[in-house]
Amino acid sequence: MVVLRGEILVRVLLDNISKFFGKVKAVSDLNLEIKDGEFVAFLGPSGCGKTTTLLMIAGIYKPSKGRILFDDEDVTDLPPKDRNVGMVFQSYALYPHMTVYDNIAFPLKLKKVPKQEIDRKVKEVAKLLQIDELLDRKPAQLSGGQRQRVALGRALVKEPDVLLLDEPLSNLDAKLRILMRAEIKRLQRELRITTIYVTHDQVEAMSMADRIAVMNKGRLQQYADPQTLYNKPANLFVAGFIGSPPMNLIEGSITERNGSYYFETHSFKYALPRDIGSLVASKTSEVILGVRPEDIRVIIDGRGSSDSAIIGTVYVVEPLGRDLLINVKINGVLIKILAPTDIRLESGQKIMFTINRAKLHIFDKKTGEAII
Amino acid sequence: MPRGLSKKMLPWLFLAPMLLMITLAWIAPLVLTVYLGFTDLKINNFLAFIQDFFTDKVKLTLDNFRKIFYAEDPYVSETFKVTVFYVVSVLSVNAVYALILSIAIAYFVKNEILSMILRVTWLLPRITPGIIYALMWIWFIDPRYGLLNDMLRLMGAPEDWLPDSWLLRKPYSQVLMVMINGYVGASFGMIVYTAAIKSIPPDLINAALVDGASEFQVARRIIIPLLKWPILFVTAWQTLSLLSSYEYILMVWGAGSGQGYGIARSAGVMVWSLYSYAKAFAEYLYGYASALSLILVVIGLVLIILYFRIFGFKRLMEPSKVEV
Repeated sequence: MVVLRGEILVRVLLDNISKFFGKVKAVSDLNLEIKDGEFVAFLGPSGCGKTTTLLMIAGIYKPSKGRILFDDEDVTDLPPKDRNVGMVFQSYALYPHMTVYDNIAFPLKLKKVPKQEIDRKVKEVAKLLQIDELLDRKPAQLSGGQRQRVALGRALVKEPDVLLLDEPLSNLDAKLRILMRAEIKRLQRELRITTIYVTHDQVEAMSMADRIAVMNKGRLQQYADPQTLYNKPANLFVAGFIGSPPMNLIEGSITERNGSYYFETHSFKYALPRDIGSLVASKTSEVILGVRPEDIRVIIDGRGSSDSAIIGTVYVVEPLGRDLLINVKINGVLIKILAPTDIRLESGQKIMFTINRAKLHIFDKKTGEAII
Repeated sequence: MPRGLSKKMLPWLFLAPMLLMITLAWIAPLVLTVYLGFTDLKINNFLAFIQDFFTDKVKLTLDNFRKIFYAEDPYVSETFKVTVFYVVSVLSVNAVYALILSIAIAYFVKNEILSMILRVTWLLPRITPGIIYALMWIWFIDPRYGLLNDMLRLMGAPEDWLPDSWLLRKPYSQVLMVMINGYVGASFGMIVYTAAIKSIPPDLINAALVDGASEFQVARRIIIPLLKWPILFVTAWQTLSLLSSYEYILMVWGAGSGQGYGIARSAGVMVWSLYSYAKAFAEYLYGYASALSLILVVIGLVLIILYFRIFGFKRLMEPSKVEV
């Protein structure tokens, strides 16, 4: 395994880069450091600027503002061929007129590597990716998964300093996607190439990346490891984007009565712990309360009831196999709760539930930023 | 009307105008050409011939072909050489030069608006009425009043290189013939090529750039191989249409006297189809002209079969495609 180079690891630094297409701001003031050997995912909905950022790192687009550094070298003005990056495109972008062998050999031929060495490297990469049987075929004769491997081989064979992956799994079927997910992660660990992975699929990002940069509308929302993103979302966008089923987000206001703090909506009132309450109240009164479906507990037969319990009506129950997803309505506010499957519930039934206070999120309604 | 009948009839009803056109404008002339090619119809025996049309009284003869193939007509071999020169050189302008130009305009010019303007500029001769296009050339090349010689002078061409007549002096006249026809024909290739280039997924080109290709290498190793079918299509199409085209040569050289040949023969631009035209409508040798045309038809058919065999003409005739 070996082709694939030693420990020349490259750090990527995005220094305040922006990209405008006419009046459209595709990426605004992005600052990001990808450590050497790190696996970073750019996560966000379509049109959030993640692919644009990737193409800027590849050198296809030139940033309208800002600099891109590989280690300490400023590569902002370098054309793609002088950057030594490898890239896998969403469409794979295999050259249809070349065989698999020629596709993989193409970057080496351009580098004018001696023929024998090309042959050795192509075969080595093909073996690594288990496509050594397919070298004589044309891309049109390959399945989606095989094309994906060829594209990966073509990106890896040149021993890139940085590996860029643009939604590489989105055209594969669900089963293959899970398989390739594990495989790409293993490869990255083995080869220790600095890798940037663009995806709109949070599960992919969470399961593969060391750190995730969540983007929306061209701006970085949060850059952290998966666990932090999940437990401490920095704002409403991240809170709503990460997690499935998504976090419950309920609009309301903070009120104080006799030294006690409450989160109040038009349909229910929920007592907050004093420390949280006073902290939030000191900043704003209009807030959005966030709580994940798994952090809400249904109370059965009044057991474990408390004064902070909320009463609602079962709207609909969705069995997910491992869990039940209960949709509860409280005067028009819909809340989703994950519960174990042994609970029997009917639509229209009244139930009580409590919220795990340690897992409570409160966001400023105006700015969307997390307060706690 | 019963449904079954209408279902069978309807397609034919819609096809009828087209079929009628093809029959009148293509099949009938072809049959006539074959028939007349074996007769000695000319202006002298025209009336008598018409009375005996398609009866036994018409004498069928191989004389016309003997004249052509046994060099009894001294101009046939020269016409043949001019035609080969014409088809090959205009074709290379149409297929090869148009390709280089298309890649330059559609790929190397990154500014979409500029690229569009350039493409439209090259379309101008095609959307200009032919006679105006021809007249503009005649004015342009006029040695005294035209712009061409002055422009060449400005670019530093020595005085004795400039011809006193672009129309008459060989090889200037022949270069002119290639330019006039090439400029129009190139636009056809450009339409096909630029459309094909624009339909190459940008990912493919980006991938090549990331793989380490220079812009030139992208053009050579990605774009041109992907244009294989459009190139073959343009080549096949243009060969066939060039074989039978003479209208610009007629418009520029053919007008005027000289037994109706104009000055095409002395200028060395007499192509086969123009020769046939002149035989028919200047010398009124209809039978001989038909025989000349028939040879062109046969050459065209042979080429079609050849393209069919070599390239798979069926695939060529499909809408322009880029393999992706």
